Amino acid sequence: MYPGGAAGRVPVLKLGEVLLVTIQGDLHDSTAEQLQQDLSETIARSGATGVVIDISGVEIVDSFLGRVLAEIAAQSALLAARTVVVGMRPAVAITLVELGLTLPGLRTALSTEQAMDLLTGPSRLGGRRQESP
Amino acid sequence: MPEHAADGTFVNPTGEVRDFLRRRREQIAQRWADEPLFRTVFTVSRDEAVEAAKAVVDALAEVADAARVEDPDAAGFSSVREQLGRMGTARSRAGLSAGQISSELASLRLPLENPLLADLQEAEAPEGHVRACMTTLTVLIGTLRVVVMQTALSEGQALIDRQRLQLLEVATPVIKLWDGIVAVPLIGTLDSARSQVVMETLLEAVVEQQARYAILDITGVPTVDSLVAQHLMKTVAAARLMGAECIVSGIRPAIAQTIVHLGLDLGTVVTRAGLADALAYALHKLGAGIVADADLR
Repeated sequence: MYPGGAAGRVPVLKLGEVLLVTIQGDLHDSTAEQLQQDLSETIARSGATGVVIDISGVEIVDSFLGRVLAEIAAQSALLAARTVVVGMRPAVAITLVELGLTLPGLRTALSTEQAMDLLTGPSRLGGRRQESP
Repeated sequence: MPEHAADGTFVNPTGEVRDFLRRRREQIAQRWADEPLFRTVFTVSRDEAVEAAKAVVDALAEVADAARVEDPDAAGFSSVREQLGRMGTARSRAGLSAGQISSELASLRLPLENPLLADLQEAEAPEGHVRACMTTLTVLIGTLRVVVMQTALSEGQALIDRQRLQLLEVATPVIKLWDGIVAVPLIGTLDSARSQVVMETLLEAVVEQQARYAILDITGVPTVDSLVAQHLMKTVAAARLMGAECIVSGIRPAIAQTIVHLGLDLGTVVTRAGLADALAYALHKLGAGIVADADLR
């Protein structure tokens, strides 16, 4: 998917104070670990206050990915950034619950828009447009 | 297979019973048609009952011919299996218990016993052979009982399966209460299969309607035990993972007491007494409120 040296890397996008990660398809163990590392480095470098992980493209989940999500949330919290997981599919949610991974420390949202609202302060009813610098 | 051995002794009780059934087919059918089992099932005409009885006699003779009197799966029964099943179902619909149907079937033996005994005595059969024939007859009728019970039971099971499926389809509607608020009114006992369906339909609705609040109303759930509570917790946790908040409503005072007595921890779940309270909570969280219109008062 990604040519050259960046093979198997998930891109981390920066939107103002928020980092946006979109995971498409199945995440390999090595890619997940790479992402974990990239995220912590980017947070430290940019001073981001929020991380949005969009997993609406993930159809299959295992206990490893569940743990990776929990660890990303924990390490981001250490770097003063809040993590929101977005767009989890019903089947994935059921699988995680059946695995016993309820991920209590993790914030969740239905859409990226809601996640942005959640991270950039309390908003009124409806989606507020995000003004990016 | 000769009925009697060359020297005139009696050696084959199964064959003896088979020949007896074929010889007396008409007479047995007439007497069976008067038995309650046939009389009450085939009510259109007596001839119908006689025909049905003949079919059963033929089947028994065929089973005896194949020397499989103890085998309820014998090929001979296959032709009358459906008819026997219908008879069993009709009798149980008339309010008879399985035991009563069974004893009605057992009473079919009596009309066979005396003629067989008479025939054997006429042929001056030795006592051992008479006894063997009687045993064969008893076993044959016993197998017939098993066949009827098997058929009736499997029909009952099919009915139960069908109704369970219907219940799954009917009992889990997801209702949209407001933009971003969906509710599932749960009715009846929650078992694993049902709660799985509830969970899936609720989560699908959450995605489809982008609902931030999902209300699980358990007003119609008669009892809450640890299993039901566990199912509720799982649904709540799954909804939370997707970014929706779950509210459990309709907890009646008795159920609240049960939950506390069982020591179940619903601490992480938002609970409300009624559906209205839950809706008010969700609306409040969405930033919407219900205000009385001064002009309408």
